[in-house]
Amino acid sequence: MSRRRRRRIVLGSQYAVFVAVIVVLAATADWGSLHENFANVPVAKGLFPTIITVGLRNTVIYTLSGFTAGLAGGLLIALMRLSSVPPYRWLASAYIEIFRGLPAVLIFIFVGTGVPLAFPGSNIPGGVYGSAALALGLISAAYMAETIRAGIQAVPKGQMEAARSLGMSYGRAMVSIVIPQAFRIVIPPLTNELVLLVKDSSLALFIGISLEQRDLAKFGQDLAGEKANSTPIIMAGLCYLIVTIPLGYLARRLETRQRRAQR
Amino acid sequence: MIELRDLHKSFGTLEVLRGVSLDVAQGEVVCVIGPSGSGKSTLLRCVNLLEEPTNGTVTVAGAELTDPDVDIDAARRRIGMVFQQFNLFPHLTALDNVAIAQRKVLKRGREEAARTARDNLERVGLADKVDSYPAQLSGGQQQRVAIARSLAMDPAVMLFDEPTSALDPELVGDVLGVMRKLALDGMTMLVVTHEMSFAREVADRVVFMDGGVLVESGPPAQVIGAPREARTRTFLSRILDPARTPAPE
Repeated sequence: MSRRRRRRIVLGSQYAVFVAVIVVLAATADWGSLHENFANVPVAKGLFPTIITVGLRNTVIYTLSGFTAGLAGGLLIALMRLSSVPPYRWLASAYIEIFRGLPAVLIFIFVGTGVPLAFPGSNIPGGVYGSAALALGLISAAYMAETIRAGIQAVPKGQMEAARSLGMSYGRAMVSIVIPQAFRIVIPPLTNELVLLVKDSSLALFIGISLEQRDLAKFGQDLAGEKANSTPIIMAGLCYLIVTIPLGYLARRLETRQRRAQR
Repeated sequence: MIELRDLHKSFGTLEVLRGVSLDVAQGEVVCVIGPSGSGKSTLLRCVNLLEEPTNGTVTVAGAELTDPDVDIDAARRRIGMVFQQFNLFPHLTALDNVAIAQRKVLKRGREEAARTARDNLERVGLADKVDSYPAQLSGGQQQRVAIARSLAMDPAVMLFDEPTSALDPELVGDVLGVMRKLALDGMTMLVVTHEMSFAREVADRVVFMDGGVLVESGPPAQVIGAPREARTRTFLSRILDPARTPAPE
């Protein structure tokens, strides 16, 4: 058999399988029921405006507060990781290993259930919002610490030397010279981290949230049950994608731009 | 102004400085020459303690930097350092590069720091580049900003670590011109360089280093013009006329 003929047969059969699967699916699917269940226009319309004013709003709040907490914690752990005092380095490494190795759900359960059980009567400041920020911050700090450490180490050694030669202390040189440059380097990977946080914020439901504190995922779940219809879940998914796809695109663009600038 | 006494510096088992003593008087310009790997850059980096000497003492402007009780940040304020790779801060404009240490270290106000920065950029011939970022400047311009950055701190001495080695040949002249002016103004300068014509013309004294020790020291006319030591002669014949260097056996 000639090579050309073999290729024609292989490609041809692959297309044939594809078309066959589509035809079978289209013929057997109950279009009316699918439409009714997943793309029900009256149900979708009924979700507005609360899907935005409650669901999306809370998702954004959980994400941004968690990101801020994670950034602060991540910077601190990154600096500890680079410290010349060994116990700080060990502590930072242990933190990173532990929180990257645990499932995010467990952290949320711990913050939502474990902490109140262990310290009855005490409250995490900010209530549910504070707890969500804490849980997301604990998780993302571990990932961001590694990113920020790599960013700090990517700043050329000469920058620190020049700053020290001008009489700056190590801390001053870090704050004024090295960290501003490191942040420029880590903006693209931190944007990717933000995308992960948007999705992980859905775990807030493990803290035990009220109606007004529902994020997109919980909102979708509740409304699907209420209306006995899957459309709210699809709509919640669309809301996530409206945020995550542009963010992911932005992260990739920043990355290519930076790679070009480095040449 | 600078007193180096019996400096030793080892990196692991490699001994880069093997007992160097050198004095630089106030207003004196001393050029250090020597083959690569001779320890001349390490010597310079020991003067402001970017490298900590394994042994020996460094005294600059009356402060002994090798004394563990001395405030190294305060001592470094009086010592300007110019690097081969410029090491400008890429996230700051030329003006802010010159102003930032004045503000954060000398605690000068925003206006005063900006004024001093402008004066010093003008002094190195870059009055029109105050708002440019390092990436927008040529190598020669970047190195002159780096010189202005050090001068703005009112240093007692200036150290230059091969300041023109990373420059395209046509840009070397501008930087050497600024350094020549600085020498005429009476600045105390310790310069590691391969620019023999600059050393001959500007230096009060030339020091030849090889293998981690000072081999020969004296006025440029003697060290470059009529070297006593065989090692100095070999080095100079290589650097002054590379084409006639005999092939290695």
